[in-house]
Amino acid sequence: MNELAIPRVTRPLVASRFPAYPVAGLAGTSLKHEHLLSILAENASRGFFEVHAENYMGAGGPPHHSLALIRRDYPVSLHGVCMSIGGPQPLDKAHLARFKALVDRYEPVLVSEHLAWSTHNSTYFNDLLPLPYTPATLARVADHIDEVQEVIGRPILVENPSTYVVFPESTMSETEFIRALVRRTGCGLLLDVNNVFVSATNHGYSALTYLADFPLDHVGEIHLAGHATQADDEGDLLLIDSHDGPVANGVWILFEIVIGQSGPIPTLIEWDSAIPDWPILKAEAVAAQAILDRHSRELLPGKAYAVR
Amino acid sequence: MQSADRQVHYLGNHLGYAADFTPALLAPERPSPAVVSGPNGKAAGKRYNVYRNNVTVSLINALAAAFPATQRITGADFFRAMARFHVRATPPTSPLLFEYGHGFPDFIERYEYAQPMPWLPDVARIERAWLDAYHAADKVPLIPQALASIPPENLADTIFTPHPATRILRSQFPAISIFAANRNDGPVARIEATEPEDALVTRPGLEVTVRHLPSGGAAFLSCLIAGGTLGIAAAAGYAGSSQFDLSANITGMIEAGAFTSANQGVS
Repeated sequence: MNELAIPRVTRPLVASRFPAYPVAGLAGTSLKHEHLLSILAENASRGFFEVHAENYMGAGGPPHHSLALIRRDYPVSLHGVCMSIGGPQPLDKAHLARFKALVDRYEPVLVSEHLAWSTHNSTYFNDLLPLPYTPATLARVADHIDEVQEVIGRPILVENPSTYVVFPESTMSETEFIRALVRRTGCGLLLDVNNVFVSATNHGYSALTYLADFPLDHVGEIHLAGHATQADDEGDLLLIDSHDGPVANGVWILFEIVIGQSGPIPTLIEWDSAIPDWPILKAEAVAAQAILDRHSRELLPGKAYAVR
Repeated sequence: MQSADRQVHYLGNHLGYAADFTPALLAPERPSPAVVSGPNGKAAGKRYNVYRNNVTVSLINALAAAFPATQRITGADFFRAMARFHVRATPPTSPLLFEYGHGFPDFIERYEYAQPMPWLPDVARIERAWLDAYHAADKVPLIPQALASIPPENLADTIFTPHPATRILRSQFPAISIFAANRNDGPVARIEATEPEDALVTRPGLEVTVRHLPSGGAAFLSCLIAGGTLGIAAAAGYAGSSQFDLSANITGMIEAGAFTSANQGVS
């Protein structure tokens, strides 16, 4: 583990390849290759882009070329999807090394991962799977976050999940678990407001109570996305975190309540399937930006946690 | 009996949830795991099915994205049924989804309902090689002048370093013609080709290209890629075909950007 031995003081001495754009108070979108030409034609408008780290873990080719073009003009958020920090087994060291290489190469303004897991033994399931909230899982997940943060040399934001089932063995609520992770690891949080809305509906609790328990002072980024509707075995509404449409009205309302309390936080619109033309996705980000701007005058100095 | 075992297990370390949660994800005949439920005593069935569906559909989508011509040939329903079998039998072992599907062409070759399309596995092999080339490391290909600077008496001993994107695929069928006709959304013209076709896949810049190799070219290039000298590779080319044209093949491989350097071999 030579990486762990590198003193952090060496990082600022490495010449930056890209400008250090601030992300405070900005709304952004997921970066989709379908939109690349439209985005480049806009000449660096206001905003930021988020990429799924795994899509840029190939050795070379068009993905890196595109990301470098975007990063030249915009702040970029690096969003890991499959580190499996919520899983019981040790982190994949090769994957962690690839993640660190991306952080070093693209100097993202935000770095995040999920409170979930996707690999068991050697099988990769390509979904964000749930975990019980117990002292044992808390200790394991905290160790994993510590390990990621040590290897990449900076704190990460950990995202609250959308869930569809509960583990009867859980002894803590999700917000208790998340607050304990922040205390133990010093990580920041990515508050996915759509996930709060989806999980609250699916489990029959109040989204506002969840948000009141959520440590907003540690939130460095917000996600907004669309969801789909199904029914559970009892015929009750079951929401699916599908990222395939516009942000729902109820999610916008929760978002405005959060921003009203916290002041502007970098906010990302996720839209990962049934991807629309760029103007439609951009309009969602413009709507989020308007809410952020409306509350910017109320911003207290020093409130933007984990934002450079 | 089973639930008593689970109880002991959980009291033991509380970390068995992944082992309990995963076995039914790709096995629709299995019940949802006892380790989860709905809230307030609700059932877990349809709720657990959300995860099953996410896993299976997202992996089928990953194969559909990697093998678009194959899907266009078979139609979406056929392709997705075939891909579902493959996903359940052979889920990915890497979180890098662009690496998934290396075993899919062999699966197609064995898949009962694909037997009437014996060329389909080779089309899939070209598509898999195309995606490898797309994500391969960026390297500057060999410039034509590099060969001109080698003294003629040393040419036979020259060895070449393949570009990381370079792949050779040999087919008993006109797989390149079928691939090319189905790779985009345009109308598919009648495919006149009937002869076997060998492909050279390269990506000298940002564009992946798939070229049809002339007779003997695949034997020649495969030998060079394996580290053989130009002399040995030429012999392999002539052995592969009486119509092998060494000069045209060298020109073609330089134009395609198949190699990054030429060096004097150690004899």
